Amino acid sequence: MTEERGIDVQGLVREFKGGVRAVDGIDLRVAAGEIYGFLGPNGAGKSTTVKVLTTLLPPTTGRATVAGYDVAKQGAKVRAAIGVALQDVALDPMLTGSEHMRLQGGLQGIPRAERGRRGDELLERVGLSDAADRKASTYSGGMKRRLDLALALLHKPRILFLDEPTTGLDVQSRTALWEEVARLAREEGTTVFLTTQYLEEADVLANRVGIIDRGTIVAEGTPAALKAQVAKPTVELVPRDGGECAAASAALAPFGEAVAPRTAGSIAVRLDSGADQLADIVRALDQANVAVMNLALHEPTLDDVFLAKTGRSLEGAAQEAPPEPAAERERALA
Amino acid sequence: MTALAHSALPSQVGLLAGRAIRRILRQPAQLVFPILFPLILLAVNTSGLDAATQLPGFPTASYLDFALAIPFMQGALFAALNGGQDLARDIQGGFLDRLAMTPMSGAALLAGQLGGALFMGVISAVLYLAVGVAFGAGIATGVAGALVLLALAIVISFAFACFGTFVALRAGTGEAVQGFFPLFFVLLFLSSAFFPRDLIEQDWFAIVATYNPVSYMVEGIRSLVIAGWDGQALAQAFGISAIAIVAFLALSARALRTRLVRT
Repeated sequence: MTEERGIDVQGLVREFKGGVRAVDGIDLRVAAGEIYGFLGPNGAGKSTTVKVLTTLLPPTTGRATVAGYDVAKQGAKVRAAIGVALQDVALDPMLTGSEHMRLQGGLQGIPRAERGRRGDELLERVGLSDAADRKASTYSGGMKRRLDLALALLHKPRILFLDEPTTGLDVQSRTALWEEVARLAREEGTTVFLTTQYLEEADVLANRVGIIDRGTIVAEGTPAALKAQVAKPTVELVPRDGGECAAASAALAPFGEAVAPRTAGSIAVRLDSGADQLADIVRALDQANVAVMNLALHEPTLDDVFLAKTGRSLEGAAQEAPPEPAAERERALA
Repeated sequence: MTALAHSALPSQVGLLAGRAIRRILRQPAQLVFPILFPLILLAVNTSGLDAATQLPGFPTASYLDFALAIPFMQGALFAALNGGQDLARDIQGGFLDRLAMTPMSGAALLAGQLGGALFMGVISAVLYLAVGVAFGAGIATGVAGALVLLALAIVISFAFACFGTFVALRAGTGEAVQGFFPLFFVLLFLSSAFFPRDLIEQDWFAIVATYNPVSYMVEGIRSLVIAGWDGQALAQAFGISAIAIVAFLALSARALRTRLVRT
């Protein structure tokens, strides 16, 4: 029997007191084994969507099935099929790593004999074997996240929900977590629904990205398709001689519109017909006798996509969301 | 609830109670302070207020015997406060959400949480009694009375724990639980804990103490220590505690359903 591993959401709305619509009519579909990245600024409705899909919040209207079960009517079945790591790591500071695994395993109904073995195995996989007998209060932020992930994986879920799994992590921990998530999808066929406010994370990790803003999905597709859809690559160059800037600009003018360069002292042009023009550009510069010290082609980023769809840049686009008691939770865990 | 969930309940309660107890044992302040503070207060009161026993109508010649009931009440307050705060921390830290994602039943959560409180109740009641007797308190009802006293103290402690659990579930913050602490203490001071009700001269104080359920809990314990078997006092103390347990358990279960929103 093949087990259903997908997510299907239709017209999902979640309204809070005072009529605030955190999620305002979302449609999305995640295929089995896919990593779906839900990208958006703080307060866009990402966490609310995750809470509805993980049965922690009932939807106001609309329908969502996870692993083939209705989130509003078959909560217990949904929960048995999914693993969840919410935005704020949910640990008991007084328990050790392996005690967490045993408690969670017991509540998940995993037989006692298997509980210990599976717990040790997962702690090993997330690199916490050495810290297994230390209290969670002594863990670093990255270690807490990894334990949280291991707990979410304990009952071998078919679908994994990760709400901003790398927020606040250092680069090394972030990369390690990305690798593990990618491995889960690749080797175990786990479907992953991941929210993030990091462009890079969505770009690197997700097979498909949904961009959410103010409770609605403004764009959806593979990262490459999204970028190709809204933005063209930019070519940026630094002339060897600063005096040749004007000549370089003139040579580049036929290829597209001049845009603000990323680094001072260079010239940037958004290419009208894509990266294919690169050879012509080099030839034109040569004909204009402009010696080039550095020339780079910048592919559009998901931020360009966000900008094109919402008129704002993702960085600093955090909305006035109902305040989440995140800081309080951190304190409670400290 | 499915048959499977039924058979899983005892195991879930065991796991959660084990966790609650472990959590208490790993926070020395939660263990030492609630036990030590009432005993220190008992020592201070006994030496300072001993003269009160000279008052005509004071029910015993030993203030220690009279005051022995107080630590049981204070210990129950501390245990309720700490238990409530632990639970509030689970709510604030999202741990409750994690538990909610498992097939855990709400009943198991409540029972596990209260299991920790029961553990504190038993340990501290035994200790208070042992220290009291060691320092010369006499139990008028003898060994059988001492056992009944322990049972009553544990029931009272459990009742307070149910209240603490309810506040934590309802308010969801440690601050709210802490906010109730002074109220508890006022309730204790405005009872017959420190003075027999019939010797209270202020009318308002006497009235408050008469309507204050804490008075009857204290008097139940006290009757066993200084008066001998008093069926009415015991019935009142056990009865009021039982009512409190039933009421706050029902309220807690309701608050938990709201708190543990799962579809």
